[in-house]
Amino acid sequence: MKSSPYQNPTRASWAEDYSFLNNDLESAKDNESRKSYLKVSDLNIHINKSHILKNVNLEIPDKKITCIIGPSGCGKSTLLKTFNRLIDDVEGLKYDGSIWVDGLNIFDPKTEITEIRKKMGLLSQRPCPLPMSIYDNIAFGCKMHGERNRKKLSEIVEKQLKAVGLWEEVKSRLNAPASKLSIGQQQRLCLARGLAVEPEFILADEATSALDPISSKHIEELFVELKQDYAIILVTHTLRQALRIADHVIFMYLGEVIEAGPADEIFNNPKQELTRKYLEGAFS
Amino acid sequence: MRLKFIEEKIAKGLMVIASLAVFAFVVNIIYTIFRRGFPALNWAMISQIPAGGYYNGGGGGILNAIVGSLYIVLGSTILGLLISIPVVFYLNVYLKKDSKLAYVARLAFDVLFGIPSIVYGAFAFTIMIYLGMHTSLGGGILVITLLIIPIFIRSMDEVAQQLPKDLLDSTYALGATKLETITVVLRQIAPGIATACLLSVGRAIGDAAGVMFTAGFTDSIPTSLSQPAATLPLSVFFQLSSPNADVQDRAYSAALILIFIVLIISILGRLITNYFSKYKI
Repeated sequence: MKSSPYQNPTRASWAEDYSFLNNDLESAKDNESRKSYLKVSDLNIHINKSHILKNVNLEIPDKKITCIIGPSGCGKSTLLKTFNRLIDDVEGLKYDGSIWVDGLNIFDPKTEITEIRKKMGLLSQRPCPLPMSIYDNIAFGCKMHGERNRKKLSEIVEKQLKAVGLWEEVKSRLNAPASKLSIGQQQRLCLARGLAVEPEFILADEATSALDPISSKHIEELFVELKQDYAIILVTHTLRQALRIADHVIFMYLGEVIEAGPADEIFNNPKQELTRKYLEGAFS
Repeated sequence: MRLKFIEEKIAKGLMVIASLAVFAFVVNIIYTIFRRGFPALNWAMISQIPAGGYYNGGGGGILNAIVGSLYIVLGSTILGLLISIPVVFYLNVYLKKDSKLAYVARLAFDVLFGIPSIVYGAFAFTIMIYLGMHTSLGGGILVITLLIIPIFIRSMDEVAQQLPKDLLDSTYALGATKLETITVVLRQIAPGIATACLLSVGRAIGDAAGVMFTAGFTDSIPTSLSQPAATLPLSVFFQLSSPNADVQDRAYSAALILIFIVLIISILGRLITNYFSKYKI
């Protein structure tokens, strides 16, 4: 796609919000003042000769909710998994291009992959608590990164459980197995677990699709709260969810980014025919 | 009545018959051992080592074999776990799903699973000769370790292959290296480890052929790894070979003790499994 929506900001306020995106992003280092920063340039992913992601160029704004939408099989999840390189284990994977996170190219062999992953909290489709107690689920990441002080660990556990609104529900049974929680609670626990290692981004791959409506509303509200401190990237199948909470939308189709921009631009005035058709429900 | 209900009844009947047949065999074996072994069982049997002329009807007991068997089982289980956990971890976390190495390794372990213990005994014996070792407790532990490693690896591997991809991904997403996922993996496959232990303890404690060459047999309790050690199956064998009917009955008592030990270990194993599976997702 040649005409990036970033180059033609149509609204003043919008241009202001996204002014940093107009910078030449190769020089991501100039942006060190911006803590969270993610830019994809010329990314191509091949898996066993099929071209999964085609020449993807995009940027993820900080402290906003970015929704990646598009029909099934368009490469949304692959893109998300590429951000923290969980895709590495896929057989027959080939990639070129680069993804910049805080001025580091994540594909650079010198970049420590664990550092990149630590910056990105992951929320998967089905909640996947670790086979441990509620307490250990949250403390695990911190312990792994060297925090040994019990008092501090307890503080972190309490803080993160409060951040996801789970503290009151579980404070009396922190040593119970995490698998005993309801599925909605598990998903919030997983979010808290991710937050405990102090990420800058939250990646969510259809994080509410396995949940009941109330739990899923809870998670959405949390995302809106958390965007003050994190860059949140959601892959979602539910257009309504994107409508409700997205600040920024990326529409993908068959491995290409068709259109990206602020949510109201995309939803009210899509520039591409394909986007309009998708939003109108002509295909899904 | 419709045909499928008749089918159902016949199938159910066959299942009941099969279960009862197995149960009958077990009851029969235990009954035989009890009938001959229980009257001969006394405190001296489990608290004393054989006195002079024990195998011709003299006094004493088989404490040497009980202790020897427990040493060998304990030693080989610990050693076996230390060797097979890294193997299972490597197969399932480091190697990709369709790795050729993993395929070949699994095939090899399947073959090793089927090798009779006498072959392991002969193999370990050649190693021992090479190392200049005599028949000893250490040799017995070595051969039983070799014998149970394939059991350990294959039964843990079956569970580890079911490891949810999401679980590993979630752990990586927290910034874990592959090595650091081991705590998560071990907790998730804990029930598999417990089952593996139960299976291999059963095989280790009941094996006679493997330890015959390597651990030897002695009437005293070994005090170091380089001394020979007696084992319960061999003790049963030697007593059963006696022409004296009283000594033959003692063989049944020894078998009874062996079964009792296996029973206790199994119950303990179940309790430990339950404890460790409570966190499994």
